[in-house]
Amino acid sequence: VSTKAIIRIAAFFSAIVWIMLLFTDLSLVFSSFHQLKPGLASWWPNLLLNLFILLVFVYYKLRIERIDNVNFVDLLWRVFVTGLITAVASVVLRIFQFILSGTPFADNVLFLDFLYQFNLGLFIAFLVSTFLVWKRLILYQKSKFLMRTWRVFETTLLLTLIYNVLPFEWLDGFFNFLLGGLLLLGLFLSGNMKWVAYLNFKQKWKGILLIALGLFYLGYFFYTIARLATDINGLNQILFADYRENVFIVALLAFIFIYAVFSLLVILFNLPTSSVFEQKLEEVVNFQRLSQSIQTEQSEGKVYEILLETSVSTVFADAAWLEIEDAQGHHSIYTYRIPEREVREIAQYLESKKILGVLDTGSDKSRNLSRKMAQLKNSRFRSILAYPISIRNQQIGRLALLKEVSEGFNKDMARIISTFANQAGISIENFRLLAQALENERYKEQLKIAKTVQRALLPELLVNDADFEIVAFSQAADEVGGDYYDTYRISESRIALIIGDVSGKGTSAAFQMSQMKGIFSSLCQLELPTEEFLFRANNALSICLAKKTFITASYFLIDTQQQVVEFSRAGHCPTLYFNASTQKAEFFKNKGLGMGIIRNETFRNYLAAHSFKYLPNDVMVLYTDGITEAKNAKGEEFGSDRLLHSLEKWAQHTPEYIREKLITTLYEFTGTDHIDDDYTVMIVKFK
Amino acid sequence: MVDIKKIKEEELEIIIVKGEVDASSSIQLDNAISESMETEGLKILVDLTGLEYISSAGLGVFMSYIEEVKKKNIQLALFGLNEKVAGVFEILGLDQLLTIAADKEQAKAKVYGV
Repeated sequence: VSTKAIIRIAAFFSAIVWIMLLFTDLSLVFSSFHQLKPGLASWWPNLLLNLFILLVFVYYKLRIERIDNVNFVDLLWRVFVTGLITAVASVVLRIFQFILSGTPFADNVLFLDFLYQFNLGLFIAFLVSTFLVWKRLILYQKSKFLMRTWRVFETTLLLTLIYNVLPFEWLDGFFNFLLGGLLLLGLFLSGNMKWVAYLNFKQKWKGILLIALGLFYLGYFFYTIARLATDINGLNQILFADYRENVFIVALLAFIFIYAVFSLLVILFNLPTSSVFEQKLEEVVNFQRLSQSIQTEQSEGKVYEILLETSVSTVFADAAWLEIEDAQGHHSIYTYRIPEREVREIAQYLESKKILGVLDTGSDKSRNLSRKMAQLKNSRFRSILAYPISIRNQQIGRLALLKEVSEGFNKDMARIISTFANQAGISIENFRLLAQALENERYKEQLKIAKTVQRALLPELLVNDADFEIVAFSQAADEVGGDYYDTYRISESRIALIIGDVSGKGTSAAFQMSQMKGIFSSLCQLELPTEEFLFRANNALSICLAKKTFITASYFLIDTQQQVVEFSRAGHCPTLYFNASTQKAEFFKNKGLGMGIIRNETFRNYLAAHSFKYLPNDVMVLYTDGITEAKNAKGEEFGSDRLLHSLEKWAQHTPEYIREKLITTLYEFTGTDHIDDDYTVMIVKFK
Repeated sequence: MVDIKKIKEEELEIIIVKGEVDASSSIQLDNAISESMETEGLKILVDLTGLEYISSAGLGVFMSYIEEVKKKNIQLALFGLNEKVAGVFEILGLDQLLTIAADKEQAKAKVYGV
């Protein structure tokens, strides 16, 4: 069943119960008046009254609790409207009574009782609805304790309904005790007035008016019903349900009255300070605006404008200016009701008087310089409050607020402006970081492209032959690197192998590497002896290589017909060679010099050619120093010995397996997944 | 991180290099050597006893002075290289172009041409 349906059912039944109450009471009064034996037990009206109260309670509870987004004035407005409707209904009846006055009917006890019951019903509706509004106001800021206290109060109040119908005479003694307890609890709960603080000035006035009118209705009903009760009692000492004997109604009435009076007084006393509360609220809102400006605004300029605007409105400044240096170093100035000429005058004046701490960059403190300003001639301003705006402890601007009265800024204002300035600094920093991040993202994108381009410079497929199998692996420390390797089939039986390493790493190394590739691939085709190859490569590189940059390389020519390898080394890491017949590996120690170190003809003197015959299952490992110089956490290098032993261990396996094992061993040694240098390995296994 | 100090003994200047020479600290080394090279008639000894690691950028610094040393006939010698560092110089072939001595006495002897 929906809440709406329950509300309707409650309204319907409360009306029915009220009619039943009316007739039972009327019949009791009638029989009592005519000294007849009542056909009904005397507790019937009380029971029906309680039932009526309960139904009204359910009705209003559901209606008032349904309201979302509580607005205090709206709640008070509800009290007023309910009061108005019930009071008008009561007044209409009163007019009717007035018209009938003089007729015998007017003084009839039954008519009076009818009036009494009618007014009581309206009164209860008004009381219950007001009680539930008060509940919402009191529980606006809930605490566990408050909730518990309230539950005790409400439950006890409803339990008194049972007390009312209990037909035991001896219980009457508890009446005052129960009432006293409830009043104390009500009094305690009435201390919860936090909602008042959230009303602004206008709302407070409205609140006062509405509560005063509520009190008026309360008084009206109280008076009307009391008069009717006295009248009825005056006619005859008869049995009828006097509300004054009902703990529930009395306690409720008292509680509503107390809370209404308290609210009225609290609001009244809060009136003079409400502007302060409003200002605080505005500060919070302004602060939020400033914080959020970074997410929503498209430019730094907008952040500055908001800063200036919020600062001015928060401290009621007469004029203000904001000087700022943007990320590109441009100086800009934002003003509020002050010409730039005047800003310069004031700044110059402060600087000439050596008033530190306001506009100078060295201090992060602001001073309230009312006294100093007093001496400034030809200026309408008598107070100044200034704050530096800093990003990471570096001042990028200053915010100055001016007032035409002296001593115009208090400590509180200084504090809030300081917070604003700090927040603005953070906003601007975030803004700049964001811009930077976007730019970085662009660079990253460019580097990604560079990476793909460079990757394409390394061979996708290596020359393989019936006599040998080659595998390779290369990894750059950064997106791009300076390592290079390649294979080239010169003729049916001659294959060239090259491995090279540009000094340094990263982008600059990558550029040199691409030059190396160009030179190597053109020289390869000339079928030069290895020594001559490196000599010519050095000549070509000498022209284009940056100063202090060198390239190390090893060049190999495999002759499958004679099963001979001829090679020369230009300062590159010594080649590691595994001899299958002895099951031993060794490094080829031979003469060589890095390319680019000597950039003339004498380079030839530092080169030498070597050759050896290979046998099946021999393994040749070419590598760059990224492998041997890879360090572990302790700072130890992987070194050539570990490389040599690794090869000896796995040399009988396929070259792919050797490569996998070598790389795994290397990473296990370093203990990281990133080696801080470019590294390349090329494994040749002869068949 | 590198720590570079200079000691002057008559016409001899000893540049003491300690720590690690990488891409960023190679600039300090470069400045120190070029400063000494500018003073005419100075014999230069580079004490690499405390050098633990040298990157290719550091090697590039030494490499860049080879030509000048030869042209101006500057007496420059390196000494005290540990095994690892010596290996790096050797692999690259710089040992063929620079005067490298085992210790200070030997280095002195070399720059004085004894």
